[in-house]
Amino acid sequence: MAERYSSFAPGGTTWLLQRITAAFLVIVLAFHFFLLHFVNHAADVTFAGTQARMENVGYFLTMVLFLIAGTFHGVNGVYNALVNQGLKGTQKKVVLAVLVIASVALIVQGIYVALVMAGWT
Amino acid sequence: MSQSYNRGLIEDFGRWKEFSAGMWAWIFHKFTGWMLIGYLFTHIAVLSSAITGPEAYTNTIQGLESLFIIRVLEVGLLAVAVFHILNGLRLLMVDLGVGLEAQDKSFYASLVLTAIITIASVPTFMDGVTL
Repeated sequence: MAERYSSFAPGGTTWLLQRITAAFLVIVLAFHFFLLHFVNHAADVTFAGTQARMENVGYFLTMVLFLIAGTFHGVNGVYNALVNQGLKGTQKKVVLAVLVIASVALIVQGIYVALVMAGWT
Repeated sequence: MSQSYNRGLIEDFGRWKEFSAGMWAWIFHKFTGWMLIGYLFTHIAVLSSAITGPEAYTNTIQGLESLFIIRVLEVGLLAVAVFHILNGLRLLMVDLGVGLEAQDKSFYASLVLTAIITIASVPTFMDGVTL
């Protein structure tokens, strides 16, 4: 049987979620880069252009899901990296709390910005 | 039967001379991951200029995009994102136990593909900006 080299504890919910979000992000991050650098050049971005994209409910929901998946994947990755470095005890609990608060703040702010962009506020 | 393997403390970066392909892949993935999550917070902060108003948003984006350094950083971000995506696909394969014997070759392939995609994207990313 093959040995495991992964730094994540197998069998856990976050382990699975890290991989599910990874598969989703591979597709959507590539799409995001392609849309906003090759189809539309970043230098030509205007509020009107952004609004035209964000008004589309499918695009809006994709971007919100992208934000949630990206935040979870990134922050969970950071947390796992710190645990790998030997973080434990009270410090581990404090770091987790700070990361959860930062994640929630980022997601709430991001969704609010997306609503403003779509003109739904 | 799986067996334990004492990898030693690979978090000790002072041992970098002993590192093999898989360890470099692990370090690069971690390094690019830190950069991407750091950028996500910055990205939402910049886009928040939309809250002030349409003009503030357009001026912020176009003002940043007129800077040469921002374009260079964007190419860097692309390189970091492409490597993280390609090596991430490699890791999903490793987790599924697919092609384990070629995990070092797939790391080198990730690096080469990242370089090719990044270099090929430079003209698009640097379009219309001067020093």
